[in-house]
Amino acid sequence: MATINPLRRRRPSALVVAVATLTVAFLAVPIIGLLTKASWSTLWADLTTPLAIDALRLSLVCSLWATGLSLVFGLPLAWVLARTHFPGRNLVRALTILPMVLPPVVGGVALLLAFGRDGILGRPLFDWFGIQMTFSTAGAVMAETFVAMPFLIITVEAALRSLDGRYEEAAANLGAGRWTTFRRVTLPMVSSSLIAGAALTWARALGEFGATITFAGDIQGRTQTLPLAVYLALQQNEQVAIALSLALLAVSIVVLVALRGRWLGAIRS
Amino acid sequence: MSLEAAVEVSIGTFEERLHLEVADGEVVAVLGPNGSGKSTLLRALAGMEPLSGGRIVLDGKVLDDPVAKVLVPPERRSCGMVFQDYLLFPHLTTTANVAFGLRSRGASKADASHRALEWLQRMGLADQASSKPGQLSGGQAQRVALARALATEPRLLLLDEPMAALDVGTRGSVRHQLRRHLQAFGGPCVLVTHDPLDAAAIADRLVIIEAGRVVQQGSLEDVTTRPRTAYVADLMGLNLIRGRATGTDLALDGGMTLQTATPARGAMLAVVAPRDIALYLHPPGGSPRNVWPTRVAEVHLMGDRARVLLDGPVRVAAEITAVALADLRLTDGSPVWASVKATQIDVYDADER
Repeated sequence: MATINPLRRRRPSALVVAVATLTVAFLAVPIIGLLTKASWSTLWADLTTPLAIDALRLSLVCSLWATGLSLVFGLPLAWVLARTHFPGRNLVRALTILPMVLPPVVGGVALLLAFGRDGILGRPLFDWFGIQMTFSTAGAVMAETFVAMPFLIITVEAALRSLDGRYEEAAANLGAGRWTTFRRVTLPMVSSSLIAGAALTWARALGEFGATITFAGDIQGRTQTLPLAVYLALQQNEQVAIALSLALLAVSIVVLVALRGRWLGAIRS
Repeated sequence: MSLEAAVEVSIGTFEERLHLEVADGEVVAVLGPNGSGKSTLLRALAGMEPLSGGRIVLDGKVLDDPVAKVLVPPERRSCGMVFQDYLLFPHLTTTANVAFGLRSRGASKADASHRALEWLQRMGLADQASSKPGQLSGGQAQRVALARALATEPRLLLLDEPMAALDVGTRGSVRHQLRRHLQAFGGPCVLVTHDPLDAAAIADRLVIIEAGRVVQQGSLEDVTTRPRTAYVADLMGLNLIRGRATGTDLALDGGMTLQTATPARGAMLAVVAPRDIALYLHPPGGSPRNVWPTRVAEVHLMGDRARVLLDGPVRVAAEITAVALADLRLTDGSPVWASVKATQIDVYDADER
């Protein structure tokens, strides 16, 4: 007797199919709109206007800085969260993830109140060292890092947590010190998660709008990253806005394709 | 004595307190039930579990002594370990795995690879030099793990359940090879296992621990013929009986008295092989000095043999053929007569250690 797969026997109801189709359309139509309204013949010219060039260059610089800073500061925190036990660890983890769910504009306001000219840290920074974070490229990097770093931390922390700690014991047993163990065993064993986390962080930093405009402002060539330029251009020169949007869309698709295995895998587990 | 360890460790409510001495070239097998502290012992020797008391001395060098505040970290102990499941680094080739310890100790990449290849050759794995651990069979992985541990020329070798990850078919030949490589090692070697067959084939001496204490140690013969606890007797497939002897009378705790062939006096242990216990449906007449009525508690079929556990007054197992089991129609709760000849009860002193 052949076994019958119950999932294959059940036909989805027409209503469910209709709703699902509608949902796909809802997700696809805006992308189609973007693609059809684009003026492909002037795309290169639109992308090489001074506004676009400045925004592209600045976005690249800021998002790479934000990714780099997230690696430097996020990796040790991910390790601490995954490997140590201390009171209040869950609180720290919640704090780490908070920027992911916090409206970015709120993050920008919070940054402003902390690092703005009148902020609790911003005032001494300016008074003593003459450092001003607001309206500077450093401020844009800071805003992007604040919003994007959680993606790196949670991805790497999950990988470190699922890594069998006995491999590190095996390395120590073979004479490897902490740093050698980390460099030659821990890091390679979580490398795919590290790359995925970094890519997600970079993509998030690249698309950051709310916190950047609130904290760093909208100054062309200094703090006006791609999303800000798109918003500005939409009111003045729509074709430039569409061209820049297409550039961001292309980047998103590349990241999505590059990470599809890992991302979907993470969702399944 | 090359390794001298007085191990005292407490983890939560578990407390381990035991003494272990292993000579150069000696292979000691540590046997014990799950949770008896076998792995904790190895972890303490390797430096992954600091002692709370006692002392570990290897070749006259103190590795761990909480009173003297000495604790040599794992990476600075010359102590090779073959881990359970081997823990080969999955991202490195077998050569890089074996070279890992040499590289960590400062050897150049070329030198480390060269020596790693020599070890792989010695283990008969030259053709797997550039394989990743995922491509190896269980037996090959075990040899890579052994080569990785030995490549650093450790002063002490520890093996944690080295056979557990292998399937039954390959165990015999792997056991034989492992024995050969361990004999070539030359330093003290401690092997943790729960399989008496592994212990018998590989080790020179057995140490049996239960609940963090050594309950028995000695040669394989001593342990198999004179078990001191129910666990050891069970491991060797024997019935262990406790009693008090007066001449050839052995009075058991349950009130029953067995006749033995060797006169003795005082607290005694006795072993009876399950195959020496005969079962009858009716009271038998004849030479056996010990005959008693009882009930069947459980029946286990093992191929063409059956192990019949008997209920009081003395709880023992009898081994009969499956054919006999069918003839007697024994099931749980069946009334039955058991008998054993006095000469088949081996009596020995309970306090001898």
